[in-house]
Amino acid sequence: MTASTTVEEPTRRDFLYIATGAVGVVGAGFAVWPFLSQMSPDATTLAAASLDVDISGVAVGQIITVKWRGKPVFISHRTPPEIEAAQNVSLKELPDPASDESRVQKPEWLVVIGICTHLGCVPIGNEGPYHGFFCPCHGSVYDTSGRIRQGPAPYNLAVPPYRFASDTKISIG
Amino acid sequence: MSGHPTYVPKSAAAKWLESRLPILGLAHSSFVVFPNPRNLNYWWTFGGILAFMLVAQIATGVVLVMHYTPQSSLAFASVEHIMRDVNYGWLFRYAHANGASMFFLALYIHMFRGLYYGSYKAPREVLWILGCIIFVMAVATAFMGYVLPWGQMSFWGATVITSLFSAIPFVGDQITIWLWGGYAVDNATLNRFFSLHYLLPFMILGVVILHIWALHVPGSNNPAGIEPQSEKDTLPFHPYFTIKDGFAVVCFMIFYFWFVFYVPNYLGDADNYIEANPLQTPVHIVPEWYYLPFYAILRSIPSKLGGTALMFAAVLIPAFLPWLDTSKVKSAAYRPLYKIFFWLFVACVLGLGYCGSKPPEGIYVVASRLLAIYYFLHFLVILPLLGQYEKTRPLPASIFESVLGERGKHLAAGAKPLQPGE
Repeated sequence: MTASTTVEEPTRRDFLYIATGAVGVVGAGFAVWPFLSQMSPDATTLAAASLDVDISGVAVGQIITVKWRGKPVFISHRTPPEIEAAQNVSLKELPDPASDESRVQKPEWLVVIGICTHLGCVPIGNEGPYHGFFCPCHGSVYDTSGRIRQGPAPYNLAVPPYRFASDTKISIG
Repeated sequence: MSGHPTYVPKSAAAKWLESRLPILGLAHSSFVVFPNPRNLNYWWTFGGILAFMLVAQIATGVVLVMHYTPQSSLAFASVEHIMRDVNYGWLFRYAHANGASMFFLALYIHMFRGLYYGSYKAPREVLWILGCIIFVMAVATAFMGYVLPWGQMSFWGATVITSLFSAIPFVGDQITIWLWGGYAVDNATLNRFFSLHYLLPFMILGVVILHIWALHVPGSNNPAGIEPQSEKDTLPFHPYFTIKDGFAVVCFMIFYFWFVFYVPNYLGDADNYIEANPLQTPVHIVPEWYYLPFYAILRSIPSKLGGTALMFAAVLIPAFLPWLDTSKVKSAAYRPLYKIFFWLFVACVLGLGYCGSKPPEGIYVVASRLLAIYYFLHFLVILPLLGQYEKTRPLPASIFESVLGERGKHLAAGAKPLQPGE
């Protein structure tokens, strides 16, 4: 667009041109938003975002895997030796220091997201030098509190938000 | 594409790219300095509107595919999932479904514009035929898209239209079974329609590029129907026609989104909210409005093969217009008789559409037959004869003169064309 060359001040045409462009940009923004939003989790996915698990059937020493938000969650009913091993570790030995108390709500029950913090594989329970979890992909070793002890993974297994709805029921999410 | 290669890249990056792929110069000569006749009216904005609608249909369609399931037992539920659960899913589905109607509305106006102003005549025959190919592809695309929600109208529309091919002598039944991938419209049919419904719009896009290429060789026709002779007869595409087309697109979008937001189901059929049932046909089968004139021709002929053949002939016959219309004068503005016959033809097509929406009985059958006969008479008898016997009005000496009248005659001698911003 070329404005009149004889007028120094912004002309009526300059104003209209900029105002129209501004309205166009705002309109384009409104049009783009649905295209981005439609790829976010939809109502069915959000509705499935919390999960109740009955843990009455999980024996001492057993680890069960449940699916929450499409991901595996390990629920480990720990034995007294496992609890003791988890609690009696100096934090200085840990790559990602965290006390066992900070990672469990009840000492008998460990609830962690079963995804290796290295590159996303699912570790195997009751395996590895610390008898916690062992990732078959690149050899990361977790202890009975799900903390990283050896291997390339940088962080401990994540603890999902959960609460004990009753003594035998955990509500995840 | 043609046009004057006046583009000179300014930045170093533009120079680097231009010497390797002269795409900036192509865009510049095609959409910035491209000379358009200065007398184009708003009927010429429907090409730009159609380009916008094609992009809108592809964009909303790609989004719908992210959430749709092309499987006969899941398709209907997945469309409801889009409507209820997906963020803005209702917006995308309504925009896409109404967008098909808007595409055809703009397409029909664009085609009738070509008919009125003789845009199909030399040297624009290939341009016109490419447009006819786009029309046929759009008809096929919209038909297959309508099948995907897998409602009652989807299923029975698919059954009726694919059964048209069973009218082919000797091999018709085999061809129909081949089209279906089974002994009736079923999951295999849905899957292949989904695949082709995704493919065809991109093929349309390819033919649209050819269409624009063929347009830019002779340039646009215009309301006077005479070719530009000098720079005085044209204006650069930008800013004159980018602004004009842009304004028309915005006005069209208001109309389009009025449907999307206020009456999104007005153009649809309530029966399509009932899941497909191969054991029960709805009481009254009606195709979408943009097929109705051709549907009326199909039903008006009391012969399966005859009706099918005439329906396809009705769709294809406009492609032969460059040779059926024998008049040397393009624009109806200078053809007093053709102007009358043009509006009679418009009325004929609208009448066929009305008959197609009514049950095939009584007066509607009679009217359909008369109008179908007139439809073909227009192309095969009236247009060839009109060119021989019509006394046309004198053409203006130039586009410039046709715009400015008597004043133009005086100015034409020495005037410069208006510059942008003047």
